Amino acid sequence: MAISRRDFARLAAASAVAAPAVWTAARAQGQPVRIGCSLSLTGTLSGGVKAGLIGYELWRDDVNAAGGILGRPVELVVYDDQSTSAPIPGIYSKLVDVDRVDLLFSPYGANLTAVIMPFVKQRDRFVVGMYGISNNDEVKHDKFFQIAPWGPKASTDFCRGFFDLAKANGLKRIAILAADAEFSKSAAAGGLKIMQEYGMELAVNQGYPPNTTDFSAILRNLKGVAPDAVFVCSYPPDSTAFVRGVSEIGLPASVKLVGGAMVGPQYAPVLENLGPALNGFVNFHLYVPEPTLKFAGIQEFLARYEPIARQRGVDLLGHYIPPFFYAAGQLVAAAAKGAGSLDQARMAQWLHANPVETIVGTIRFDPAGDWVERRVLIVQYRGLSARNVEQFRAPGKQVVVDPPALKSGDFVPFAAARS
Amino acid sequence: MLLLDLALNAVATGLMLGSIYALLALGLAITFGILHVPNIAHPALMVVGAYALALANAHGLDPIAASVPVAAAFYAAGLAFYEVYYRLFERRGGTDTLQSLTLFFGLALVIEVALLMGFGADPKSVDVPYVGQSWTVGLVTLPYRLLVPALLSPAVMLLLWLYLKLSRAGLAIRAVASGETPLAIVGIAPRRVKRHAFGLATASAAFGGAALVILGPVGPFSGHAQIGRVFAVVVLAGMGSIPGTLAAGLAIGVAESLVSSFLDPSWSQGVAFAILLATLAARPTGLFGVPR
Repeated sequence: MAISRRDFARLAAASAVAAPAVWTAARAQGQPVRIGCSLSLTGTLSGGVKAGLIGYELWRDDVNAAGGILGRPVELVVYDDQSTSAPIPGIYSKLVDVDRVDLLFSPYGANLTAVIMPFVKQRDRFVVGMYGISNNDEVKHDKFFQIAPWGPKASTDFCRGFFDLAKANGLKRIAILAADAEFSKSAAAGGLKIMQEYGMELAVNQGYPPNTTDFSAILRNLKGVAPDAVFVCSYPPDSTAFVRGVSEIGLPASVKLVGGAMVGPQYAPVLENLGPALNGFVNFHLYVPEPTLKFAGIQEFLARYEPIARQRGVDLLGHYIPPFFYAAGQLVAAAAKGAGSLDQARMAQWLHANPVETIVGTIRFDPAGDWVERRVLIVQYRGLSARNVEQFRAPGKQVVVDPPALKSGDFVPFAAARS
Repeated sequence: MLLLDLALNAVATGLMLGSIYALLALGLAITFGILHVPNIAHPALMVVGAYALALANAHGLDPIAASVPVAAAFYAAGLAFYEVYYRLFERRGGTDTLQSLTLFFGLALVIEVALLMGFGADPKSVDVPYVGQSWTVGLVTLPYRLLVPALLSPAVMLLLWLYLKLSRAGLAIRAVASGETPLAIVGIAPRRVKRHAFGLATASAAFGGAALVILGPVGPFSGHAQIGRVFAVVVLAGMGSIPGTLAAGLAIGVAESLVSSFLDPSWSQGVAFAILLATLAARPTGLFGVPR
């Protein structure tokens, strides 16, 4: 068949127009899906976050072993933000403009995530939020999805379970102790709002400096106000000091419920260190190995996580952060598969409309990108012995007492639980 | 009765905390107070000490007992580090405060990252029978977690003070605080004296580490929380005064505890600096310092 000169010219022009698109698509097929983030690999947040990285890595290995996302392998691009906000804008600009990552995970926690929110909104990027509370309340970015199960109205409701427990047990007079730091002050403010809603009485609202090592003065002053419950909002060093202080000085006999928003007793080193001193305390958590929380894949994940954690010297239990980091990857993979592409708008649309099965349970998102339902656990520590991290892998040691749907045991008043 | 109970316990707790603060500040009292070297890496060195003692405790040793051999190792490390510092800075005349601060800031960072990389991010703790228990004397309850390190502090300080007062090496260390010329005149090499003093200061970080790790778990960055307070203790004491360091620590500890008990705990840590400012306004050389 002969081709005229004019047809040949048309064919050449059409090829010239189509070639880049065909070439780009073909090239993309061979290219990895790049997911970028900053992580606090050094600095004060590194304890939990380095454990979380294992979650990302295990997910990446699993998804690649299963053929990748849309047939493309997954590659993580991770930079250390040193637990400070200063380098984060530069890191995320580099991730998007230089590394040209396809998708983003946020930094860890509310303070660091807040830094990237204007950027991801302006650039209209799909991002999975990692443990920030209420980062999207003001920004209202429709491509932001929070992996932690804080639920809607998290700034207030983060620890509603503690107050639900108090209400259910007829405890009305509440003392609040909060470190003078961002998370603990927010938790205390949320607690105060719920107390007002429930008509509870504030016995005392006491702040204290972060890293306080001695709580004897505060504990003695509590005896003067005789609360029914003490809502403690603390960071790991002061959580440890407070629990020690209760063993050393004691609590007023009136106190039936104590704990709530203590960061620290979610991690193996703190749990191992405190051991029986924690008996009777209640605290928030996101996963514990109770029979009511048997999600598909979680046990296998933790079994694979433990030897890596031991080798890297991070949280041996990995209950609080690593499974949710793994689940963040599962979200991304499900959204891409559901959308049939890496088109960020379609991925976001699909995630808003569909539940995703993960190793931390079924996740459904509301329009703000939070879990539709709060699934923060309130656990009570029971029957703990000294210096034995293995005991926390067994059920019955961190009994879920709230929410009711996931309860694995009934709440026992503090003194009775300690005896 | 409740008021008396509160007051007595506040003073007792303050004395214990203050004694611990003094122990934490001891090394800096020597390096900053006597040698005029602003060793802001000292808290990081205490964290290294705490890690070493946590490791020793994992093998069944009590952190207080283990702090003695660790202190000996720290002394040797201090000698070596001072030699490096001397060759890189002092010999070249580069001992201005900003350069030294930068060096020790960098050293602290290196120590923290090395701990993070070498031992992981998890905090280290000790398992000793006295943590979590208290001794009740009348109205006063003394947690052993505070009492044990609080008793270690005056013991270490007394030994050091006697050494500085009664030994010839101690006399030389005190003399070097006034300048290098008098030592050189009598034929003593100031460099050796300063190296020895730096070794002693570094050795004291082992005892500070023991206090820290008995108080609570210690992570790579736990030293950050101590920097401000230990400088306040040293300056309040009067640069280089060992009894002054104890007195300043006790004053700050009691003041913090009284503020926590009777006013607002949130203000307690500001007390150290309020006392420092007030004292320096009235007495610029600190409580026990002498004009040089």
